[in-house]
Amino acid sequence: MKILVCISHVPDTTSKINFTEGDTKFDTTGVQFVINPNDEFGLTRAMWFKEKQGASVDVVNVGGPETEPTLRKALAIGADAAIRVNTAATDGFAVAQQLAKVVQDGGYDLVIAGRESIDYNGGMVPGMLAGLIKANFVTNCISLEVEGTNVKAVREIDGGKETVSTSLPLVIGGQKGLVEESDLRIPNMRGIMMARQKPLKVVEPVDANTETASVKFEKPAPKGAIKLIDPDNVEELVNLLHNEAKVI
Amino acid sequence: METKDKELLRGGQFLVKETKCEDVFTPEDFSEEQKMMKEAVMEFNEREIIAHKARFEAKDFAFTEEVMRKAGELGFLGVAVPEAYGGLDMGFVSTLLVCDYISSGTGSFSTAFGAHTGIGTMPITLYGTEEQKQKYVPKLATGEWFGAYCLTEPGAGSDANSGKTTATLSEDGKSYKINGQKMWISNAGFCRLMIVFARIENDKNITGFIVEYDKDNPNGITLGEEEHKLGIRASSTRQVFFNDTVVPVENMLAGRGEGFKIAMNALNVGRIKLAGACLDSQRRILTTAVQYANERKQFNTPIADFGAIKYKLAEMAASAYAGESATYRAAKNIEDRIALRVAAGNSHQEAELKGVEEYAIECSILKVAVSEDVQNCADEGIQIFGGMGFSEETPMEAAWRDARIARIYEGTNEINRMLSVGMLVKKAMKGHVDLLGPATKVQEELMGIPSFETPDYSELFSEEKEMIAKLKKVFLMVAGAAVQKFGPDLEEHQQLLIAASDILIEIYMAESAILRTEKNAKRFGEDAQAVQIAMAKLYLYNAVSIVEKNGKESIISFAEGDEQRMLLMGLKRFVKYTNYPDIVDLRIAIAEKVKAENKYCF
Ligand SMILES: Cc1cc2nc3c(=O)[nH]c(=O)nc-3n(C[C@H](O)[C@H](O)[C@H](O)COP(=O)(O)OP(=O)(O)OC[C@H]3O[C@@H](n4cnc5c(N)ncnc54)[C@H](O)[C@@H]3O)c2cc1C
Repeated sequence: MKILVCISHVPDTTSKINFTEGDTKFDTTGVQFVINPNDEFGLTRAMWFKEKQGASVDVVNVGGPETEPTLRKALAIGADAAIRVNTAATDGFAVAQQLAKVVQDGGYDLVIAGRESIDYNGGMVPGMLAGLIKANFVTNCISLEVEGTNVKAVREIDGGKETVSTSLPLVIGGQKGLVEESDLRIPNMRGIMMARQKPLKVVEPVDANTETASVKFEKPAPKGAIKLIDPDNVEELVNLLHNEAKVI
Repeated sequence: METKDKELLRGGQFLVKETKCEDVFTPEDFSEEQKMMKEAVMEFNEREIIAHKARFEAKDFAFTEEVMRKAGELGFLGVAVPEAYGGLDMGFVSTLLVCDYISSGTGSFSTAFGAHTGIGTMPITLYGTEEQKQKYVPKLATGEWFGAYCLTEPGAGSDANSGKTTATLSEDGKSYKINGQKMWISNAGFCRLMIVFARIENDKNITGFIVEYDKDNPNGITLGEEEHKLGIRASSTRQVFFNDTVVPVENMLAGRGEGFKIAMNALNVGRIKLAGACLDSQRRILTTAVQYANERKQFNTPIADFGAIKYKLAEMAASAYAGESATYRAAKNIEDRIALRVAAGNSHQEAELKGVEEYAIECSILKVAVSEDVQNCADEGIQIFGGMGFSEETPMEAAWRDARIARIYEGTNEINRMLSVGMLVKKAMKGHVDLLGPATKVQEELMGIPSFETPDYSELFSEEKEMIAKLKKVFLMVAGAAVQKFGPDLEEHQQLLIAASDILIEIYMAESAILRTEKNAKRFGEDAQAVQIAMAKLYLYNAVSIVEKNGKESIISFAEGDEQRMLLMGLKRFVKYTNYPDIVDLRIAIAEKVKAENKYCF
């Protein structure tokens, strides 16, 4: 089985979020980037297939050279080869078109993407990709078993789970559940050393349409000040809730 | 890029030669691979150590062993070990980086890690025969076996060569019997191998042995109870008793009587690694402290907004920054020196030994400076937490207790202070570092008329670099005069040696912070380095006052009359700024940055 894991390069969740250029661009200064957590669950599951069932695992990212450390980390964790499509990840459709080309050229059976990246939370890439390459598609995937070309997958649905059967070729939008946090791997020192020797291929992008453009970003309004009211002063509390907060 | 022998400063030469900022290695120079290693180690620290902090504090020794095994699985124990013996041979900087980032969770683990990878393994990689290395090092590098280092005895601590443990050759000449008592042995409770130092007959110097320890077949070895310690509570520390323990002759390390040399050289490596192991603790303490200070309100104000707290945050940051700067600078010097020797045809073993030995002065300096910085940081950390800092519910009290040991083991800070100056004087006598020439020049300068020209200080750090040059003159003036006065008896004048060593330490640390910042300002721009520039200036300012105090006390103690007046005048000239930095402003700038980032962010 040939597996391709799509890796987004996203700000660490503890990063301070700021925007530049009149709130149209994310300010990357001082921001630490990591593998998108949903992708990391997928990569870890892919490693399981590689070790337990025999599979090759490639990783791909659509982005500039600054994303290479993230791909190298995936190699250090155990992926066999990495591909970087040398173009900025503008919108979901553009990224999906680039990935479609990589999948077609590489002849992958299974594409594991995250159900969304934690930066812009578009959540569209895996579905569009499946459409473009005419593969089956399961998103919010929390469990994945493959036998031959038969697939059993479990999806998280609101308040429960759905088990589906499908077949390869398949694209999944994965998330926690594929593996647990405690299964995530810290790259070992030998893996880090070996990552240097593994192929990281840079391919030029195909022509792709970008259908959306960011006009403006806004941060949530800052939390207002807290008013402390004496527990004996219920009247004042009711008054404030009614007249100021207007919630009762 | 190849470094030529003559370009590379020798150990101790920083004092008499100017180092260019391009020639120092800084944490900003980590390769992509080193950054990845750093992240992997940090992740391990978060997940496997910090998440289980309570178990360490509850003296769960077995847990320390379990985490050590996991560290072995990830390759952390073999970073420094040559590939031929199952390690990764990753170079000295990478080795240090692992020691650094794995250490901040708890001193318990950091001690276990340091004792195993440093003094527990290094004596064999540095001095072992091929057979010894093949037999033992792969087991140690993977964590299949853990090592302990048995030097200290109840009657032999700082005076390590005075141990009473004996090794007696059997009649058939095939083995030694070891008898004696060792004390304060880290990892004793879970080690499978001990490096034991013992005396053969009436030898002047002790001898090193590799001793296997199998609990099921103890071979005369018994362990004392776990010591009840102030800190590093889950680090196993026990006495070890040897009662007719039989060790085959082929387990002798290096030659008979070579043990003291082994012990000292293993400690050189241990010292710089210990400095590394204090760095991330310092970062973490500052980060924890600023997070609390930003949250905690008194008088309706986050305490981080109070000048008194800003003062602390700034000083903590500047000392952590200087510690990093100096430690990685020296680490890279060692790495380059090793590479040079390998290129010149030395075996890896020989090269590493000589490479580290070359910088023994710097290793002592770092051990003292960084162990004291982390302690001061932890102390201020408690203060920032107020009453909560004194409680076991917050991490500060454990950080403070754990930091305390670093000033005692791997040679007490007193011993290391005296060693640093002692080794420098010895190097001067051997002609490896020319102190006499520069010292004579300073003497001449003192006699001459000072220049009244005002130099052009517009370039970044031009005045600070001149200050460093002047502080070096203070050392040469004070140490030079003291050597002249006392000759070999200088050894007896410990207060003087310690004062000289404090001057030496401050020079190395301050210079390292400045060089790192200058290098980065050239690459990334002065604006991007504004806070780092402030930290380097603040550190230097503090260094100047320490140098002045120690210089003054020394001069008064050994010089009289005209000589005293001349030296004191020289001192005054050498510690004088033309433009004093506004230290209060600098501290505010540093604190504001740390506050805004809510962490140590450099
Ligand atoms: C938790 C812990 C773990 C340890 N782990 C190990 C280990 O794994 N292996 C090992 O072999 N040892 C270990 N040690 C021992 C440690 O290295 C010694 O404690 C240390 O070298 C000091 O020796 P001492 O305790 O006998 O103090 P002493 O030598 O008695 O020193 C007491 C004081 O006198 C000062 N002093 C001593 N001599 C002089 C001098 N000539 N001039 C001026 N001042 C002097 C010292 O600086 C110190 O302040 C450990 C100790 C501890 C506490």
